[in-house]
Amino acid sequence: MSLRTSYLATVFWPRLRRNRLAMAGAWVVLVLFVISLAAPLIAPYNPTDINAWQVLSPPSWSHWFGTDELGRDVFSRVLFGARISLKVGLVAIGIAVVLGSAVGLAAGYYGGWLDTLLMRSVDIMLCFPAFFLILAIITFLEPSIWYIMAVIGLTGWMGVARLVRAEVLAIREMDYILAARCIGCSDLRIILRHILPNALSPVLVAATLGVAGAILTESALSFLGIGVQPPTPSWGNILTSGKDYIEFAWWLSLFPGLAILITVLAYNLLGEGIRDALDPRTTR
Amino acid sequence: MTVWLLKRIAMLLPLMLGITLITFTVIHLAPGEPVDMQMAMNPKVGKEARERLTKFYGLDQPLHVQYVTWLKKLSRLDLGRSFSSDNRPVLDKIKERLPVTLSLNIIALVLEFGLAIPIGIMAAVYRNSWLDKGITVFVFLGFAVPTFWLALLLMYFFGVTLNWLPISGLHTLGYEAYSWPGRFWDLAKHLLLPVAVASFGSLAGVSRYMRSAMLGVIEQDYITTARAKGLSERVVIWKHALRNALLPLITLVGFSLPGLIGGSVIFETIFAIPGMGQLFYQGVMSRDYPVVMGILVIGAGLTLIGNLIADLGYALADPRIRHQ
Repeated sequence: MSLRTSYLATVFWPRLRRNRLAMAGAWVVLVLFVISLAAPLIAPYNPTDINAWQVLSPPSWSHWFGTDELGRDVFSRVLFGARISLKVGLVAIGIAVVLGSAVGLAAGYYGGWLDTLLMRSVDIMLCFPAFFLILAIITFLEPSIWYIMAVIGLTGWMGVARLVRAEVLAIREMDYILAARCIGCSDLRIILRHILPNALSPVLVAATLGVAGAILTESALSFLGIGVQPPTPSWGNILTSGKDYIEFAWWLSLFPGLAILITVLAYNLLGEGIRDALDPRTTR
Repeated sequence: MTVWLLKRIAMLLPLMLGITLITFTVIHLAPGEPVDMQMAMNPKVGKEARERLTKFYGLDQPLHVQYVTWLKKLSRLDLGRSFSSDNRPVLDKIKERLPVTLSLNIIALVLEFGLAIPIGIMAAVYRNSWLDKGITVFVFLGFAVPTFWLALLLMYFFGVTLNWLPISGLHTLGYEAYSWPGRFWDLAKHLLLPVAVASFGSLAGVSRYMRSAMLGVIEQDYITTARAKGLSERVVIWKHALRNALLPLITLVGFSLPGLIGGSVIFETIFAIPGMGQLFYQGVMSRDYPVVMGILVIGAGLTLIGNLIADLGYALADPRIRHQ
C-alpha cells in the first residue's frame, strides 16, 4: 500500500503534472465527462426535437452549430453525442482490459501448453483486419450500442494480453513472488494480489490510447449507418447527414468531426503523457 | 536461420486453420439467414422453394459438416459462389475488384512512405526544434482525425466549394468518348482525393516511427565515429544514419501488405470506389456469407504471410538479427 501510493504521489503524479500537453488532454477528458453527465442541463434544445421551420439553417445565435435536415439543434446533438462516445470508449476498453489481463495473466503465470494455446490465439486474432471483423459481426447482430461496445471490446483485447504476459514473465521471477509462495499463498492470490497490481502500468497506457481508438471505431460504424441508430445522436451518425447534405450544410460535417478530433487527441495526449511519466528512461 | 524459417512456416498451417475456424464461427453464429434475405425480396416464394434453396447452399447440414466442406473447397482455392442473385464465384468477384484497390493503395503507400521518411528524418535531426514540434503536432492531429471526416472536408472544399475535383466514382459519365490522355486525366482527378485520404491515414504513424528509429540510430557510437572522422553532417545523416534507420521500416512495409489488398471500407464507401472494401461492405449488408468469409480469410491469411515476409526481410537486411 504505502510504497505504491508514495510512488504514485512522489514520482508519477509530479511527472505527469509537468507535462503540459498531457494535462491539457486530462482537462479535456474531464470536461467531456462533465458534458456527458450534464448534457440535459447544458443543451439549449432537446436533441431529438424536430422543427420543420428550421431545417438546415446555418449556425446562428439561436443555433450555434446550425440545425440538421429535420431541424434538430446540432449543438445539442453534439453535446449528447459525447455521452455515446464516452460510454463506448470506457465500456469497450473495460471489456478489452479485463479479458486481455485475464489471458495475459494465465498465459504468463502458468506457461507451458496454456501459454502456447492462448498466445497463438492472440496471433490468430491479430491477423484479422480489425475493422472488417467488427463490421461483419455488428451487421449480423441487431443494431444496439451494447453490441457495439461488446464487439469493439472483444476484438481489441489482444494488445493488452501481450503486454500483461510480458510483465508477468518478469514479475514471476521476483523474490517476493517466491516469498509469497513459501508462506503458502494460493495461485489465485499470488496472481491477483501480487502480480496483477505490478503489471498494470503498461495496461493503463494501452487503455487510455485504446479509448481513443474505440471512439474512432464507433464513430466510423455509426457513420456507415450500422452503429448508433438515429434519432439517438452520436458524432458518427450526425456526420452521415453531413455527407448526405454536404452540398448545402457544411456545419453538419464540421462540428461533430471536430468533437471527435478533440476527444481522440485528448485521450492520445493523456496516454502518451502517462507513458512518459511511467517510463524511468525519459527525463523531463 | 533456416531452422527458424522452417519453424515459422510450419506454424503457418495451424494459424491458418485457426483463422478459418474463427471466420466460420463468427459468420455462422450470426442470426438472420441469407435465404431470408432473398425471400424477403420476393414474398411469392413458398416454403418448398425456400427449403430447396437452403439445401442448395448446404445450410441445412450441421455446422461442422458445413465447415469441413468449406475447408475442403478452400484448400483448392475455391471460395464458393456468391449468395447474391448473380451467383458468381467469389474468387471472380474478388479478382474484378482487386486491381482497383491494389493500384489505389500502392500509389497511396508510395506517397505515404515518400513523405513520411523525410518528415521523420527532419524531426529527428532537428530534435526539439520548432520544426520537430510542428511535426509532432501534425502527427498527433493525424492520429486523431477520423479519415471519413477528412474525406468529407476535402470533398466539401475541393468538390463543392472550389468545384475542382469530382467527389465520387472513378470515371466521369461518358468518359469512354475521351482520348487516352483525357481518360488518364479523368482517372487521376478521381483518384486524387481518395489517395490523399488513404495516405494521410498512416502518414502520421509512419513518420513518427521513422523519427524514433532515426533518434535511436543517431545516438549510436558509429555515428559519433563518422562525425569524429570529419564527415560532413549531410553524409553522416543521409548515408550512415539513414541506412540503419530504414531497417525497422521493412517491418512496417510488411505490415502494410494486407491493407493493400483489403482496402478500406470507409473511404471506398464514401468515394464510391468499386474496390474490395466496398465489395466486403455490400457482402456484409446482404449477408453474402461466401463473399464475407472469402475476404476475411484472404485478409487474415495475407496478414500472416505479410508478417512472415516482414520478419524475413528484416532478418535478411540486418546481419545482427540473422546471426541470432
